[in-house]
Amino acid sequence: MLKITDLKVSYGMIEAIKGISFEVNDGEIVTLIGANGAGKTTTMHAISGLLKPRAGSIELDGQELTKLAPHKIVSMGLAQVPEGRRVFAQQTVEENLTLGAYTRKDKPGIAADMEEVFALFPRLKERRRQMAGTLSGGEQQMLAMGRALMAKPSILLMDEPSMGLSPLLVSEIFHIIEEINSKGTTILLVEQNAKRALAIADRAYVLETGLITLAGTGEELANDERVKKAYLGG
Amino acid sequence: MGAEKKKIKLPVFLTKPRYRSRVASFSIILAGWLILEIMMHTGNLSSLFTSLLVPVCCYIVAAIGLNLNVGISGELNLGQACFMSVGAFTAVCLSGSMAGSVSSPLLRLILAMVAGAVAAAFFGLIIGIPVLKLEGDYLAIVTLAFGQIIKSLITNMYLGFDAAGFHFSFVDNKVELQPGGKMLLNGPMGATGTERISTFSAGVVLILISLIVVFHLMYSRSGRAIMAARDNRIAAESVGIEIFRTKMLAFIVSSCLAGAAGALYGLNYSTLVPAKFDFNTSILLLVYVVLGGLGNMTGTIIATVVLVLLPELLRSMQDYRMLIYAIVLILIMLLTNNETIRTWTMRITRKLRRQTNG
Ligand SMILES: Nc1ncnc2c1ncn2[C@@H]1O[C@H](COP(=O)(O)OP(=O)(O)OP(=O)(O)O)[C@@H](O)[C@H]1O
Ligand SMILES: [Mg+2]
Repeated sequence: MLKITDLKVSYGMIEAIKGISFEVNDGEIVTLIGANGAGKTTTMHAISGLLKPRAGSIELDGQELTKLAPHKIVSMGLAQVPEGRRVFAQQTVEENLTLGAYTRKDKPGIAADMEEVFALFPRLKERRRQMAGTLSGGEQQMLAMGRALMAKPSILLMDEPSMGLSPLLVSEIFHIIEEINSKGTTILLVEQNAKRALAIADRAYVLETGLITLAGTGEELANDERVKKAYLGG
Repeated sequence: MGAEKKKIKLPVFLTKPRYRSRVASFSIILAGWLILEIMMHTGNLSSLFTSLLVPVCCYIVAAIGLNLNVGISGELNLGQACFMSVGAFTAVCLSGSMAGSVSSPLLRLILAMVAGAVAAAFFGLIIGIPVLKLEGDYLAIVTLAFGQIIKSLITNMYLGFDAAGFHFSFVDNKVELQPGGKMLLNGPMGATGTERISTFSAGVVLILISLIVVFHLMYSRSGRAIMAARDNRIAAESVGIEIFRTKMLAFIVSSCLAGAAGALYGLNYSTLVPAKFDFNTSILLLVYVVLGGLGNMTGTIIATVVLVLLPELLRSMQDYRMLIYAIVLILIMLLTNNETIRTWTMRITRKLRRQTNG
């Protein structure tokens, strides 16, 4: 279980996260929705150790993460798909995936997981020797997801995986997220596409300028008038 | 249609980039070595050419190291010559002080080169620890400053050696030596009276060692991590790569190679002034790296050889020398950055690969 308590994160003098608490239980899909600049990416980076919080605690299965370096957190089973399709452009698809397993040592396990990723994203298999920088936007997003899966995470953080993709591809990505979850990986999903995210989420939180303003099940929030007005277009 | 095109099975070392780049650079070096040795022994090599052999080797090694730092790790370093300087003066002093105790020149050369490499790596460590923790191009600024500092330091250093050991001073004429003692460093005059123990063979061996080290690193797990940190910092951190450690590794290896190269360089001349390793030399090394191609070690070797030899070969054409040099620079730039040529080589490699994957 991932438990965030009274988290505060600042960039210099600017407080981007002003004290939020939420939790993600094992096996759940939890989504964090909010407008641009609400602090979603900041929250994700704080959890995976890329940013040091100013205050508060982040616990994974009872262990405090805020003092740990990112590579320690990855090896504890928490992986992140960063915002904006960040692939290693000058390396092949296969090398990108291998790097996803950077913190692991079990060679046979890594090979098996690579096959599993290829089963999930057949398009990546066809392009395994292609440079990641020459993949299409959708393929790069798949690669970023596959790479995170190579860490064999028990919990996966995804920051706007559907950003900038065609409607068809968005559906595909959301199906894959559900599939990853059904195989036992807990998911914390950040999305602008609130409608889609709420539809697959067990629970959801609304983040507004650094504070959580609403919480509930995916269905509850999807039917909430305030959410409808602000995030679902009326 | 009809008969299937006959597939030629090429050996793996010609198709996989990781092997191909090794084969290419090792064969260039070994072929060059063989040809030059033969020419030297048959007396077909001019004295000018012969005198350039060791320095060319030194520049190649320093440039290979720099390419690891700039091309593979993506950190700009404007002070590579300065690491050569540290290695050179360490080596000269050590060799000078060992002249009485270690009689074999080869052993002294090896010890001096190791000491030069270690000294340069030590300075790399001191610079790298604070600077590489920061995000941004701070390494360029700091290595630039480091170059000036080291030059001023050595320019003002007086070091003597006698039966009682080393005598050191920052003030002229303060070093008093017993009879039989020897001055190793003479301030602005640098090191004088150095016994010239560098050899071309040592240079070639040093190049081979540096290629082995750099290729081993490039195509290892650490090497992929170094490139990942260069390509995308956030993604690299998110998969658990320690950015600081990877950048440090590349930087230290680079400094270390420059130090060993500097040692070989210093022991090739009877006098060596600190001004030899100034900002211009650092920039020249960077030019070799950029023109040879970032991350391309074979290219670095070729660019270094051409650009070191060219001005010397053109010495007789005083008036046109710089003109021709500039034209060649532009030509190399066009060649290595030309889209048509690049697609052409890519097509060839793809063809080779397809044939082997069959
Ligand atoms: N490196 C930074 N330095 C200063 N301020 C920052 C930095 N990164 C983010 N911020 C600020 O912190 C706030 C939260 O940013 P964040 O990136 O977390 O938003 P977000 O919810 O992910 O937005 P989006 O949906 O556009 O990705 C914003 O006001 C942003 O301007
Ligand atoms: Mg964001």
